Amino acid sequence: MRREIPLLITGVVGVIFVLQYFIPHAPFNQFNNWFSDWFSIIGACAIWLGALNLIKISADKIYRKRADWGYSVIIILSFLLIVIIGSSSWTQFRDAGTGFDWLYTYVYSPLSATMFALLAFFVASASYRAFRARNLEATLLLLAAFFVMIGRVPVGDAIGGALGIPESFMPSKITIWIMSFINSAGQRAIMIGIALGIVSTSLRIILGIERSYLGGD
Amino acid sequence: MKVKAVIILSAFLFLGAGLLFGQTPATDVATDSLQSPPPDVTPVMVRNVLAKDNPDDAGGAVVINWDLSVDDHVDGKVVAYKILRAEKQEGPFDQIGEVPAQSNQYMDNGTNDNKDYFYKILAVNSVKLEGRTSWQVTSESDTVGPVRSSAQWFDFRRLNVFVGMIILCTLIVYFINQAKAGKKLFIRKIAGLDAVDEAVGRATEMGKKIFFIPGTSDMDNVQTIAGVTILGRVAQLAAEYETWIEVPVSRSLVMVTAKEIVKEAYAKAGRPDSFRDEQVHYLTDDQFGYAAGIDGMVVREKPATIFLMGNFYAESLILSETGNSIGAIQIAGTGQPSQLPFFVAACDYTLIGEELFAASAYLSREPKLLGSLKGQDMGKAIILVSILIGIILETFNIFQLSKFFTVMG
Repeated sequence: MRREIPLLITGVVGVIFVLQYFIPHAPFNQFNNWFSDWFSIIGACAIWLGALNLIKISADKIYRKRADWGYSVIIILSFLLIVIIGSSSWTQFRDAGTGFDWLYTYVYSPLSATMFALLAFFVASASYRAFRARNLEATLLLLAAFFVMIGRVPVGDAIGGALGIPESFMPSKITIWIMSFINSAGQRAIMIGIALGIVSTSLRIILGIERSYLGGD
Repeated sequence: MKVKAVIILSAFLFLGAGLLFGQTPATDVATDSLQSPPPDVTPVMVRNVLAKDNPDDAGGAVVINWDLSVDDHVDGKVVAYKILRAEKQEGPFDQIGEVPAQSNQYMDNGTNDNKDYFYKILAVNSVKLEGRTSWQVTSESDTVGPVRSSAQWFDFRRLNVFVGMIILCTLIVYFINQAKAGKKLFIRKIAGLDAVDEAVGRATEMGKKIFFIPGTSDMDNVQTIAGVTILGRVAQLAAEYETWIEVPVSRSLVMVTAKEIVKEAYAKAGRPDSFRDEQVHYLTDDQFGYAAGIDGMVVREKPATIFLMGNFYAESLILSETGNSIGAIQIAGTGQPSQLPFFVAACDYTLIGEELFAASAYLSREPKLLGSLKGQDMGKAIILVSILIGIILETFNIFQLSKFFTVMG
């Protein structure tokens, strides 16, 4: 019964979800909202599981003085700081001028932006490795990347103009052509595969053939 | 005599022409103006007003169409159309909406199902001076109705999706049954999945950890489900090899699910006692906080193997490039087309889209699961043939096959 009931729930909910896509009549038109609401409620309750797990594991690391336990101290202190300051403003914690707002604006946002900005350096290092003309495919990739990058910046067309390249063969035009035709074709092929994969996986789950998400086979 | 006849005939012709071409429409002229409107500014009323239940919806909507007034053109006498509604034919009519000139449709979203409604359209001409209406004249169409809105039991705009789904599901179920009956099914090799054993073995040889990162989406995302499905197989291998596998997650529900899966995998490998609660742990729901946390762990602990399986966004390269920098063997898989190039550039093996969803079947080699893969491949073959036929037909403008593949609504 420990496995049958979850499988039954999955199957019934899955079938209802499929039906509500095709049936606009009540009550089917409400199911999507109901399930979304329930998922949000369960997710909100489950946040505590995550938070408690984080505190428990961090506290355990500090208690046992495991490797890098200093980072766990920072985790717990940061967690308590944001919870206490956020709670002190009660329901207005999002309002401008609150301590939580200050932390969000001057600590959280810059940290997030810093992590996102790191992406530029990672793109540079990954590109350096990827764009080496080792074989025909890699050479084509290199050429495509060159034209796309040069066509995305104003200097590309400026160089094209200086070299007297016809308007139709300007780097920006080549970029548009590469992105609209070659790139779109490749992306669509992948998208079709993904869509079929999702349908197949969903059907396996609804029919109870795929059970590994419940643990075991 | 001849002259008289010509005069009389001319008079008749003149009168006839006047009746034919000089007909003024029966219009109501409403003036809510500060000044009287100038002569000859009343627009000709709209004709052929048609009100009907909005199809393929959940009810509560009536769609009204009409032919534009003949005066609705550039510099014409129509500036807008007002839509009036009543519950009785004789009225009273209330204005429920207004659309600009050149519009010939209005959707009334405020109806109660199974209740009669009557509609009229007013063609409006007005002039505004200094933000105030100087004068306004309207001409009223005939009343249409009664019309009722209702909910439908099937959305026919999605019939093509329904047919496609039935075909695909039939194929999948058919091949599942074929596999159950013992028919051998050929499945192409997927290098990334063949490398799973090697990747886990490498971590064992080096005496280092395995990291399994299931992406940043929750359990309502199929990619996450596919990811944690692979986790089960990887965790079982890790348990058999007695290698530590760590699963940092960004969603509480994923943590609960992954914990259950890893625990079960250890039990299946015959080592239930080796499982530790802290192997599957929560970091944060925040996208870049999660990436920063994992990057820190990767740099400090230097795992030998990293699996990135699930739904990833901008953090994909931040994670995989950090893993690459420490020399870990990396196997990634996602259904996000925009993140695939990053994984291809930074990882040793990448499961491209559908391969992620095929992983569970491929690794388990269970006939029923392999059958579903075969059905999926047949679906792909049908789409491929449709594309080829479509290219030929559309090139020669014979038949617009693409319309069959357009999802409406």
